[in-house]
Amino acid sequence: MSAPRDRWLDREAGPIVRPYAVTKGRTAPAPGSYVGLIDVVTAVAGARLPTDARLNRDHRRLLSYCHQPITVVDLASDIDLPVGVVRVLLSDLRQYGALRVVATPRGPATHERLLRDVLDGLQTL
Amino acid sequence: MDYRHSDPVKAEVVPATAKILIAGGFGVGKTTLVGAISEIRPLSTEEVLSDRSIGIDDTSGADRKTTTTVAMDFGRITFRTDLTLYLFGTPGQERFWFMWDELAYGAVGAVVLADTRRLADCFAAVDYFEHRATPFLVAVNCFDGAPSHQPEDVQIALDLDPDTPVVLCDARQRDSVKKVLIALVRHAITTSRANPEYQGKPLPAG
Repeated sequence: MSAPRDRWLDREAGPIVRPYAVTKGRTAPAPGSYVGLIDVVTAVAGARLPTDARLNRDHRRLLSYCHQPITVVDLASDIDLPVGVVRVLLSDLRQYGALRVVATPRGPATHERLLRDVLDGLQTL
Repeated sequence: MDYRHSDPVKAEVVPATAKILIAGGFGVGKTTLVGAISEIRPLSTEEVLSDRSIGIDDTSGADRKTTTTVAMDFGRITFRTDLTLYLFGTPGQERFWFMWDELAYGAVGAVVLADTRRLADCFAAVDYFEHRATPFLVAVNCFDGAPSHQPEDVQIALDLDPDTPVVLCDARQRDSVKKVLIALVRHAITTSRANPEYQGKPLPAG
């Protein structure tokens, strides 16, 4: 079975929708606030939001899932919002100081150690 | 283990995360493979794409701006509480390639799942990972009734670098998938020694 090649808007492309109202039409976070798919986010306990912070229902719902550290893809899946939307909302929350994003550091030494840990993990499955 | 994070104040341990990509043609068994080893039923989330990322020339102005989404399948294996491996099925078609850059960034490596009846379907994935210098291997999914081929034949047919492993697998079997992933990580370790600078090419700014 092969998908038609001449059409963009087939089943695999998913539904075509308007830019999300919850992100005020934004489809990407502000430049420089990149959040990776497997970066871990966690709510900052007792964070004081700036007075001009505008949190909508989805911002609050996101935060309520982040009391324990959670990855961006797990979060998106749990709250059933597209990961692109989640990333925009997360960048807002980070800007307000309500959320911490922890990227797994990348470097030759840490990368090789990570590879070894993944190998050990797989071998003991 | 300095890739893990701890909050010096709260001594909170944040899990380390790693990812492996599962690529290959449409219907080759990527989701089956992920499902065979994932501790969760493969989940799906969506990436939002704007017109710009799709590359459509929209001259009609902002009022016609539309957004499309692409489903991304992923599975998860938690080894210990502080290390979690994610498996991402890549979108099967060439038009979604811009998403691969994001998926490939920082990845351990990639499995290119191949069906010998439709070997050409994985040319594009092989080209992509070779070009990006992402460690990958080709796993031939041995469907019932599919003609069996020696890994050497597949290596020649795909014109692979002699160092690129080719393994046979059954994407439905957990043990088989486990062996594929182990072979990939071993290959990634060898590659990383040969090229210590590799950590996944960075994403373009923005």
